[in-house]
Amino acid sequence: MHKTAIETTINGERVEFLCEPRQSMLEVLRDVLGLTGSKEGCLTGDCGACTILVDGRATCSCLMLGVEAAGHKLETVEGLAQGANLHPLQQQFLENASLQCGICTPGFLMSAKALLERNPHPSEAEIRYALAGNLCRCTGYDKIVRAVLEASKATTSKAA
Amino acid sequence: MPTVIVPALLRKLTDGRERVSVRGANVRQVIDDLERQFPGIKAHLVEDGDLKSGINVSVDGEMGIGGLLDPVNETSEVFFLPAIGGGTR
Amino acid sequence: MAAGTTEGSRFRVIGTRPVRHDGVEKVTGAARYGADYAFPGMLYGRVLRSPHAHAIIKSINVEKARKLEGVRAVVTSADLPELPDRIEQGGELPINLHHLSCNILARGKVLYDGHAVAAVAATSPHIAEEALRLIEVDYEVLPPAMTVEDAMAPNAPILLPSLRNKEDGPDKQTNVAAHVQFKRGDIKDGFSKADYVIERTFKTAMVHQGYIEPHNAVGIYNADGHATIYCSTQGSFVVRSLSAAVLGIPEGKLRVVPAEIGGGFGGKTTIYLEPLSVLLSQKTGHPVKLTMNRAEVLRATGPTSGGTIRCKMGATKDGKLVAAEVWMAYEAGGFPGSPVPMGAMCIIAPYDIPNMVIDAYDVVVNRPKTAAYRAPGATNAAFASETIIDELAEKCGIDPCDFRIKNGAHEGTPQTAGPPYKRIGMIETVEAIKNSPHYKSKLTGKNRGRGVATGFWFNIGFQSSAMVNIHNDGTASVVTGSVDIGGSRASMAIITAEVLGLDVKDVRPLIADTDAIGYTDVTGGSRTTVATGLAVYEAAQDAVRQLKERAAKLWEKKPEEVEFNNGMLSAKANGVKPMSIKDIVPRLGRTGGPITGRATVNARAVGPAFATTCVDVEVDPDTGKVSILRATVAQDAGKAVHPSYVEGQMQGGTVQGLGWALNEEYFYDSKGVLRNTGLLDYRMPTCLDLPMIETVIVEVPAPGHPIGSRGVGEVSIVPPPAAVANAIARAVGVRMTELPMSPGRVVKAILSKDGAAVASAAAD
Repeated sequence: MHKTAIETTINGERVEFLCEPRQSMLEVLRDVLGLTGSKEGCLTGDCGACTILVDGRATCSCLMLGVEAAGHKLETVEGLAQGANLHPLQQQFLENASLQCGICTPGFLMSAKALLERNPHPSEAEIRYALAGNLCRCTGYDKIVRAVLEASKATTSKAA
Repeated sequence: MPTVIVPALLRKLTDGRERVSVRGANVRQVIDDLERQFPGIKAHLVEDGDLKSGINVSVDGEMGIGGLLDPVNETSEVFFLPAIGGGTR
Repeated sequence: MAAGTTEGSRFRVIGTRPVRHDGVEKVTGAARYGADYAFPGMLYGRVLRSPHAHAIIKSINVEKARKLEGVRAVVTSADLPELPDRIEQGGELPINLHHLSCNILARGKVLYDGHAVAAVAATSPHIAEEALRLIEVDYEVLPPAMTVEDAMAPNAPILLPSLRNKEDGPDKQTNVAAHVQFKRGDIKDGFSKADYVIERTFKTAMVHQGYIEPHNAVGIYNADGHATIYCSTQGSFVVRSLSAAVLGIPEGKLRVVPAEIGGGFGGKTTIYLEPLSVLLSQKTGHPVKLTMNRAEVLRATGPTSGGTIRCKMGATKDGKLVAAEVWMAYEAGGFPGSPVPMGAMCIIAPYDIPNMVIDAYDVVVNRPKTAAYRAPGATNAAFASETIIDELAEKCGIDPCDFRIKNGAHEGTPQTAGPPYKRIGMIETVEAIKNSPHYKSKLTGKNRGRGVATGFWFNIGFQSSAMVNIHNDGTASVVTGSVDIGGSRASMAIITAEVLGLDVKDVRPLIADTDAIGYTDVTGGSRTTVATGLAVYEAAQDAVRQLKERAAKLWEKKPEEVEFNNGMLSAKANGVKPMSIKDIVPRLGRTGGPITGRATVNARAVGPAFATTCVDVEVDPDTGKVSILRATVAQDAGKAVHPSYVEGQMQGGTVQGLGWALNEEYFYDSKGVLRNTGLLDYRMPTCLDLPMIETVIVEVPAPGHPIGSRGVGEVSIVPPPAAVANAIARAVGVRMTELPMSPGRVVKAILSKDGAAVASAAAD
């Protein structure tokens, strides 16, 4: 099938890739660009494991076509840490034991990042609302919600 | 003498008896003595020289790991029960 | 998150909460799960699946598919050896290899919607997908048997022509694969002593494990006949032995490398794609990656049984249980092997009941072959028995916790299968709930209710291997064959650090492939921390023994004169300066070479586990929607090695149980086609559906285990459906007898409130 050349920005770097019109952004990330941190759980936008940020907005990359990336700013879990420094969300996920198998973790981190950038002081209810599109089958969500609450404290002090 | 507690569905082979006194110092000997008393029961418990697959033995409340080789003493109670799978089925 | 710890500080590292060793990889996206593997020249495989629930395959024509550009191979069951149709010892449990092979690729018949029929390898997943549409299968469609009642009816369609059971004899075709019975005391006499008798029929729905990561496998076949499989599995050794059997190759020619695994809950203890990846690689000469999509996961993997349970129990006026009679039949799926024997052994396991009879039936139906799911068989069972326990407590006018304590099983109580319990913590978990802030709080408001239920699950022991390597800088690595599905690397490192007196950060846990470590059974059955933990404990002790020998050599003493405490070697003698592991490492070469501690175990099935759960609900009487207001789970962990991950198991199991209670079910149409094949319609709980899940870790050490740990991975899933049902009864006065308790069912029950339970049970 005919491939299209796409120019976009991923994790702050300009990226060019070739993709077929039928390839999802998730497939491009994983199979074309080797960024396998975004996970496939359903391919129907129901589980959130493939969540990336598109111009700051949490998006299921399985519901986006690769060709749609042109001209946008994409962020994936691979860009969350600054070098060896983990993002406060990553740190809090570790300290709160918020992951068991870890397959949903990249998606949760990206959804939570979008939330905290929009609302640095979310309540528990706001966190649960913002993360409702991400499924976790291991944790019962308790420790995930706690980690985001803790990280919101950390990001506040950092931003200040 | 050790006592075998006969599984419910095998009691038709033991005249309905739930508890049977047997001789033996390990599970193999116990089953052989049970067979001597109630011919035909062994085929329900043993296959190819080992405990039949899907059957576990418990001696005095301790789950057996040695199958027919598990030791039995004079006051032991020997139970046969379905193997438990947990995540392994 | 109060911890009901009953023990002081016998341990230095065990019971602490370090950051897991594989954490950074998993929060940065670096961890490699099965689908993340890629190799040069790799092809992509897809599987063609039956659109029919029950049909004879008259012919399969793959020629058009083979001719599609980019397609490299198409395989059917004709490419696999035919295996004997009899039960063989497969690992720890019996297995019929013919059935296993027929589930990988159907042979002659398809037995459920989604049953694999053919597989394709192509240069892209899209081409492989296109090729599936070019495969022509001629089916003769048969009527399906979808429920245990359908399948047990006199003129039921027969799924497996060769299936027989002991009771009906060798001449009678049947869908009943097995009957198990447990019996104690005199049931008639027992019920004659009862002042109150409750009997109800319960139905539960087939549900899926719901792991977020679909099944995957990369197979690489070498020209020398050796092959490697990279896959997400709970048991790399099980994948090796079962795949070798299905492929008809010696086990020694197959190596299985366990990738990180994105959830399993029992569903990844068997094989689906693994042998196909090798077969397609063999046919094409390229590595082949197969992954399932979500619809395939739901249609063709995992689920656990739904079924029917008739449960009758009797109690005296003063609240003593005297008799229990149970009839239960579980859906096995297309091939035998439902967890009904285990359900039967769990259903009244928390109680001391002198007279009982339990009959349990394993029934094949035109649904996917069931796989283990967290405490297999126990959750459906407890939904029935714990509802009736609750009603009996109500009749007797006794608090539901007190009723359970009064009848609770304890050391010496006979288990369902007969042997007496050793020390167990059933009563302690009920007491922990009774004393919890949650249970002591007052629940007010209309249509609100509080329910309690208790659950039981075994621990399996089984086989594990472990190695502890002492490194040049005085640190250690611990190598096991147990896949880490929920933080077990941290537990293995904690146990090693405890024994060696090291900082937990100085122990690196590793999971080895099937050629790099000795045989190890699956991560499942709540066995990893208990059994592999025991192997690790003994391997570390083996390293300590060697360290003492080396120190004795250096000090010219006998090994028994050397002591090892908190990482320091010492001897009571003049001029002997205590040494740390770091101090002695440079001298290992001169005293015999490097140190590797080794151990293998076949652990006894130690310390069964109990959990008691308390749930507050609010029921919307107009819509039937049930909201969970508060939930607390108390579970006996024996000794929590890493309390955070123990809590995580308790919370995760509880939430799976809540999903099973309220939303989740397989919905088949009249032709036996699954209609909810996505995660929008197969509705698992989201964080918006839930409150925080409060936990109380109860620690009644398991006798015979050096740490006292009990398996914690499963039992918390058992009580929630019954606890929710009991809460609904308090909230709106109806007894729910069918899972899930979805809004429609709850409304129906409320609308027919008088004799509601009877109506609901008879409604279908």
